[in-house]
Amino acid sequence: MAPVLKTFEICLQAVNDADSAQGLLDAVEDLAELNDKRAIPTLIQVLGFNNPGAAVAAVEGLIQIGVPAVSLLLDKLDGYNYGARAWAIRALAGIGDPRGQALLLNAAANDFSLSVRRAAARGLGTIRWHDIPDNEREGAMMQSQTVLFQVTKDDEWVVRYAAVVGLEALALKLTETGNIIQCLSQLSHHDDTAAVQARAQWALENLGLTGNQDSNTQS
Amino acid sequence: MSDAAPHNPDGKPLTVDQALININQVADKGLRYYAAWWLGKMRSNQPEAVDALLLALEDATDRSPDGGYPLRRNAARALGKIGQNDTRVVPALVTCLGCDDYYVRETAAQALESLNDSAAVPALVALLDGSVEAAVQVPGKPHLVQPYNAILEALGTLADGEVVPIIEPFLGHEVPQVRNAAARAMYQITEEAQYAERLVTVLSHDQLQLRRAALMDLGAIGYLAGADAIANTLAENSMKLIALKGVLEHQLTDQAGQNQAEQQPVSLSADSRRVMTLMDGLL
Repeated sequence: MAPVLKTFEICLQAVNDADSAQGLLDAVEDLAELNDKRAIPTLIQVLGFNNPGAAVAAVEGLIQIGVPAVSLLLDKLDGYNYGARAWAIRALAGIGDPRGQALLLNAAANDFSLSVRRAAARGLGTIRWHDIPDNEREGAMMQSQTVLFQVTKDDEWVVRYAAVVGLEALALKLTETGNIIQCLSQLSHHDDTAAVQARAQWALENLGLTGNQDSNTQS
Repeated sequence: MSDAAPHNPDGKPLTVDQALININQVADKGLRYYAAWWLGKMRSNQPEAVDALLLALEDATDRSPDGGYPLRRNAARALGKIGQNDTRVVPALVTCLGCDDYYVRETAAQALESLNDSAAVPALVALLDGSVEAAVQVPGKPHLVQPYNAILEALGTLADGEVVPIIEPFLGHEVPQVRNAAARAMYQITEEAQYAERLVTVLSHDQLQLRRAALMDLGAIGYLAGADAIANTLAENSMKLIALKGVLEHQLTDQAGQNQAEQQPVSLSADSRRVMTLMDGLL
C-alpha cells in the first residue's frame, strides 16, 4: 500500500504546487488517472480554476470515480461560479447518478452553454436507471423523454445530435418506444443538419427499425 | 434556448425592413455596419438587400483608424452568404480583391469561396504573384502582404489542377497557417492523401491554436482517414465534434451520390457509423 499512498500524495502535491497552466493540466491528469476517491475534493476544486484543459481532465477523473463523487459534487454546487457549475454538470452527466437528474433536466433545456446542454442531453439518456426504486423509475424516464423531445429543437446541431443519442439510449431501456421512434423518424428526414439526420437514422437502426420509416413501399 | 434573433444596438429586435433602412442611411455608421452584418446573418437574400450591400462594398466614409473599411468587410461577408443568385456579386467581390485594406481582401476571398464560382480563380491566382518569396510580413502589421490563407483555401474549393504548380510552393512557407492552407487546397484539388496527412500531423503540434486550425481544416475537407486522429486530438470536444461532423457529412454526400447512381434508398455506410461512434464518445 505504501507506494500507492505516496503516489497519491505526490500527485495531490503536484496539483497544489502547479505554477503554470500546462503544469496544472499535467498534474490533474496524473491525479485523475489514479481513480482514487481521496482525489474527489481536489478534482472538484480544479473545476473552478478557469483552466479548460485541467477542467476536462478533472471531469474525466470524476466520471471515472463515478457514484462516490456525486454527493460532494451536488453539495458544492451552489458555491460554484458559472464555469465550475458547467463542468460539474458535465461530470454529473457522465456519471449518470439519478440524484443528478433534476439538474440535467434543467441544464439540457436551459443552460447558456451549448457544451453543457450537449453533455446534459446525452446524460439524460444514460441515467443509472436501476439505481431508482421500481415504482419511481418509469416516471423518471418519462421526465428525461419529455425534456429530450424539447431539446431536439435546440438551435445548435450538436445539442440536437446529443438529444438523439440520449433518446436512443433511453428507448433501449423502455418497453413503450412509439413516441421516441416517431420523433427520431421525423428528425431523420427533416432536421436541418445532415449529421443529425444520419444519427437519427442510425438510432432507428439500432432500435431494430431498418430503412425508411416514412415510406413502406419496399415490402 | 434561443439566441437566433440579433438585436439592434438599442436593444430592440431588428426587422428586415429596419435593417434595409439602416443600411441605406449614412448618418449613423454603427447602425449601417450592424445592418450589413445582420442581413448576412439572417440570410436576407431579397434583391434590395443585395443592392444595399453592393453599395456598401464601395463605401468610403466608414474608415477605421488604420485606414481600413469596416463596412466593406461586413458587406463582403454578408454577400458571401446571400449573393448566390445575383450575377453582379462575384465581379464586385473580385474588385474587392484589389482593395488596399488587407481585411477587405481577406473577407472577399472567403466570400468568393462560399459563392463557389470559379470565375474568381484568375483574380485569386493573381494575388499569389511573386510566390512564396513575395509572401512576407507587412512591417508594423500583424499580417502578411496578402491574406494567403483565405486565398489558398478559396483556390482549393474553386480551382482545378492547373493551379497546382502555383499552390505547391506554399507548402514550404514559414508560417504554419499558410502551409496548412496550402496542404488543404492541394488535397482538395488532387485528392492525394499525402496532403491531408500533413494536416493530421499538425493535430499533435505543441500549440493549441494550430491543433484547432488543423481540426477545422480536416473537417472542411472531410478527410475520413483522419477521423481517429481528430477524436484523439488534445483540444475541446466542441471543436473535434465540428471536425467530425465535416467528415461525416462528406461521407454522407459521397454515399448519397452512389445510392442515387444505383437507385437505392440512402443507407448508412460502415464508415459513417464509425465516425458517429467517435462523435458519440465526445458528447
